[in-house]
Amino acid sequence: MPRYLLSVFGPAERAEFGGYPSRESMLQAFADTGAFNERLRENGHLVFADGLEPATTATTVDGQGERPAFTDGPYLETKEHLGGFWVIEADDLDVALALAADGSKACRGVVEVRPFHTEESVEAMLEP
Amino acid sequence: MTGPTVEQVITRVHHDEWARVVAGLTRHFGDIDTAEEAAAEAFAAASERWPRDGLPPNPGGWIVTTATRKAIDRLRRESRRDAKQQSALMVHDDTPPEPTGPVEDDRLRLVFTCCHPALAMEARTALTLRLVGGLTVAEIARAFLVQEATMARRITRAKAKIKAAHIPYSVPSDADVRDRLAGVLAVVYLVFNEGYLAGAGEDPVRADLTDEAIRLGRLLRDLVPDDGEVAGLLALMLLIDARRPARVSRTGELVTLDEQDRGAWDRALIDEGKALLRQRVDVVAAGGERPGRYQLQAAINAVHTDAPSARDTDWSTIVALYGRLSLLDPSPIVRLNRAVAVAEVDGPAVGLAEVDRLGEVLDGYHAFHAARADLLRRLGRSSESRAAYDRAIGLAGNEAELAYLTRRRDQLTG
Repeated sequence: MPRYLLSVFGPAERAEFGGYPSRESMLQAFADTGAFNERLRENGHLVFADGLEPATTATTVDGQGERPAFTDGPYLETKEHLGGFWVIEADDLDVALALAADGSKACRGVVEVRPFHTEESVEAMLEP
Repeated sequence: MTGPTVEQVITRVHHDEWARVVAGLTRHFGDIDTAEEAAAEAFAAASERWPRDGLPPNPGGWIVTTATRKAIDRLRRESRRDAKQQSALMVHDDTPPEPTGPVEDDRLRLVFTCCHPALAMEARTALTLRLVGGLTVAEIARAFLVQEATMARRITRAKAKIKAAHIPYSVPSDADVRDRLAGVLAVVYLVFNEGYLAGAGEDPVRADLTDEAIRLGRLLRDLVPDDGEVAGLLALMLLIDARRPARVSRTGELVTLDEQDRGAWDRALIDEGKALLRQRVDVVAAGGERPGRYQLQAAINAVHTDAPSARDTDWSTIVALYGRLSLLDPSPIVRLNRAVAVAEVDGPAVGLAEVDRLGEVLDGYHAFHAARADLLRRLGRSSESRAAYDRAIGLAGNEAELAYLTRRRDQLTG
């Protein structure tokens, strides 16, 4: 079954209450997201889901040289960074988009839906 | 009496069968790219063989058979490296034909896939024209005034997304079909407007695009006969297109509705559009769904085509219809059109006051300044009118419209 990455983006440094307007609304978003995750699990869509620490805690590693180089901070210099994500399985994009809409509502964020490679797409890449 | 030439038959079969062939092959082989290439190869083979060998007894059937064989050849070539895919192909070959019925039609699936909301609007129009309309990439590129290579990339990228993201090849569920159908109609109307209100280029009207949009509109009407907005959009396009012969003067100048030679309007198109509207009026009268934006716009255009002259137009009905339209679509452009109609009922001063309220949002829109210029002219406020014409001329891109606006401005006295 096709797999999709559902990503949620947020500011590099989080404000108080993780960027939610209040403690209550943060707890409510967590509860709604938890319920959404549970539904994904029950319906056989969930592969993995979790939230991330702020991008300021990231370390960028380049191991291509003789010795690995470590750099403090995220790889991309942007205002918004990946804040959390789901990996789901869905029959097609319509199903994935409908789930993303529910996830977006639950976590109070915009969700990007992106398909994973399939066996065929990798093969097509090898022999264009 | 001589029958149609081979070229005419090929053109007709292409019109009638292209979408059906692409749609059928897409379902059969699960791949739009293969379907498109195979259909194109089959028509290329027909153009080569039919003039030489004579027409086959059933040209449409010949195309389907040839295209299917081409698709199988293509997939065999590609999958020779992979025995597993080869066997998968054999399984695909046994797919039973789909039951045929309005909702089951493969072409409708194809339309919904091409107009999927996950694709950018320009990708949707290009894909629809290529895969459903059967226009070549070169024709689509020319119609949208972009390089052929650019258009080819746009289409290739869209097809790659359909495949990689698994955009389904299906008619949406009942819960979504209404929204999605509205999206399909928006694509068709955009193609029509691109042709009718060509924003740039030498041709004031691009008949290749308006004709294609009407053809798509007719196809949708066949596929979804009970939808009011599908009928409404087709009626709207027919009623607008009926005025095409009178819309541009011999010297290439735009002729506005009030100055058009109404005798030159295409009566057959008007009758067809009005017949569609009458059916909708009956449905609404019998308690059916209230008319949507396309039906209301079609009704407005029917009021115009009913009038023997601009002076005899039933402007109050037009104002009322625009009022209803603005409830569904509160866009400033609808309000501008309503204001222009109000000027005909209550006089240019009242109309101008309504137009001026839209100045903030529509300041960059040439039609706003053209409407102001005309109302100011009728009020005898020549210098203000001239300034408004200047603004409109600065913003307009259509040659015929520029010629019209320039003449109007230069006719101002005082």
